[in-house]
Amino acid sequence: MSDFMQQPQEAAAKTAPPWLADIHARGQAVWQGSPMPTRKTEDWKYTNLQPLQQKFIAPLSGSAPQLSNVSYPDLPGSLLVFTDGGYREDLSRLELPEGARLLRFAEADSDQAEAIREHLGRAVNTGRHLFASLNEATLADGVFLQVDPGAVIEQPIHLVWLTSGQVDALSVTQRLLVRMGANSQATVVESFANTATGGTAFTNGISELLLADGARLDHCRLHLEQGEAVHIGGVHATLAANATLNGFHLALGSRLKRIDLVVEHRGQGAHCELNGIYLPRGEEQVDYHTCIEHAVPHCTSNETFRGIIGDSASAIFNGRIHIHPQAQKTRAELSNKNLLTSHQAEVNTKPELEIYADDVQCAHGATVAQMDPATLHYLRTRGVPRDEAEVMLSYGFINELVESVHCAAVHDFLKPMLARRFARNPKLTRHILEDGDE
Amino acid sequence: MLKIDNLHARVEDKDILKGLNLAVQPGEVHAIMGPNGSGKSTLGHVLAGRPGYQVTAGTATLLGQDLLALETEERAHLGLFLAFQYPVEIPGVSNMEFLKAAVDAVREARGLEAIDSVGFMKKAREICKQVDLDQSFLKRGVNEGFSGGEKKRNELMQMMLLEPKLCILDETDSGLDIDALQVVAKGVNAMRDAGRSFVLVTHYQRLLNYIEPDHVHVLAGGRIVKSGDKSLALELEEKGYAWLEDAA
Repeated sequence: MSDFMQQPQEAAAKTAPPWLADIHARGQAVWQGSPMPTRKTEDWKYTNLQPLQQKFIAPLSGSAPQLSNVSYPDLPGSLLVFTDGGYREDLSRLELPEGARLLRFAEADSDQAEAIREHLGRAVNTGRHLFASLNEATLADGVFLQVDPGAVIEQPIHLVWLTSGQVDALSVTQRLLVRMGANSQATVVESFANTATGGTAFTNGISELLLADGARLDHCRLHLEQGEAVHIGGVHATLAANATLNGFHLALGSRLKRIDLVVEHRGQGAHCELNGIYLPRGEEQVDYHTCIEHAVPHCTSNETFRGIIGDSASAIFNGRIHIHPQAQKTRAELSNKNLLTSHQAEVNTKPELEIYADDVQCAHGATVAQMDPATLHYLRTRGVPRDEAEVMLSYGFINELVESVHCAAVHDFLKPMLARRFARNPKLTRHILEDGDE
Repeated sequence: MLKIDNLHARVEDKDILKGLNLAVQPGEVHAIMGPNGSGKSTLGHVLAGRPGYQVTAGTATLLGQDLLALETEERAHLGLFLAFQYPVEIPGVSNMEFLKAAVDAVREARGLEAIDSVGFMKKAREICKQVDLDQSFLKRGVNEGFSGGEKKRNELMQMMLLEPKLCILDETDSGLDIDALQVVAKGVNAMRDAGRSFVLVTHYQRLLNYIEPDHVHVLAGGRIVKSGDKSLALELEEKGYAWLEDAA
């Protein structure tokens, strides 16, 4: 492996709590022992890693940049904000009810550290997800959320990771570990955002979601970073018996985003909904690699991703479903639809099904299309001007997924933000945003 | 109202309309009948400005304005409405959003005051009742999963909300059962007035039992080959089109 991440590894060794040392060592062993992926590496075939061709540096500890023009949802409940990797007590708000504990790795006592060490990385196969090993090798701090068995946490728990672009070639490593006790319920929202101007920041954010029997987690991961931002990260979840994960993912475009989502059904009766939207434009690149593992019988998964790709942007969607031999009676669905709004836009979509059980229901489909001229014409025959009709059809393409967001405050943030993204003039979104007001 | 002179049009290098003439006065109802492939639907699409439909000669004016020089939406603003034979399904765009956008655009272009959401909702609900559509259809995606009859009634609802000057109904009666046909006829008859005209494109005399036309035309080979009053429709029902096609 090249040494472009050498300095952040050395910095992490100095600033991280000592009990992370063997996790650093574990990550370094995999990272340094592996070659950098190229276009010849199957999982990276269409991904352009050129933005990583510079030497990155870790943020100075204690830096607290002032950020302007950063937009992320304003949610009720607990809020933890990090800027350039550093925790911001001044911007955060801890209001956790009984039954849930939120803890930064840096402040963990020895018992808590032990609990984190016991679970950290359990859901992540770093051999398969190389950049997760880099995450371990450069980890200085992280967040641990523990929800007790049976606890129902009504308000969302919001983690906001911001980068400032004040320093060029900044490397920021983020880690979230969520343990949902048996039959517990919670909503976790992660927002990643940046100031749209400034230097390249390379964020490596990994979230691990461990759901015990009967637990239910609504999880939203919003990649709102724009401009020069590079993000390579992902979510790794394990579901015990009858656990339910509702995942919602959004990626606005930026220089490069590569997000790997892995959901392992490990207990019977587990269910996962995975919905996502990606919207690169300009020369941006978004890459979602998803993998649903069905290791046991009687589990279900339902995955729907939609992308709108504009200008010269490119998107990659790779949706893998792996049904193990013993996973009989699995029901798994996967749909990926793409709308190209320019002739230069590009998408590579690949459903990848590996099915080793014979009594399963598995459906998949992928489409790539341009805006339908007949539909556009129909709207125009009713007097709707072309520019407004195009905005209505673009937003309409992802509307169903926006409506699927469980957390009302996230939905209310996303709807106007996404509708306006397609409109040169805010007036063009008025009917979309008026809809439903009664 | 509508004046078409010597209209020639082609679709994908195939000449479909070959010198069509038609004059519709305010308040009149015209029925256009004719065999399959004679150009009936093409006429509606050409007037609405559908992409791929190329006018090669002739003129068409609506209320004295050159229709063919206008963008599709401008034709709607002027007062043209085409009820589609096959209305388009638009998942993700709610019927309500679509209807409000259409009405606002048309009213704005005509210099009328904008209608507020509450007033609009009320009006839309009333029209839902008139066309016998459940109000839940306002919340659904435009035509998404609607039956054939529901789509046609949704077209009628749009027509009633937009209050056009010239309504072209392209085989709105095909695929409808008697009850739905009567709903459509009732809606059209309720909208008839001295300032509004209708062109009904149809295969069947049946519709004309419910909507009495002032003039009936036979379109064959891209031209109107015979015109008459409502008795012509009965004659066609009896004799078919062959005798006219021979004449053409």
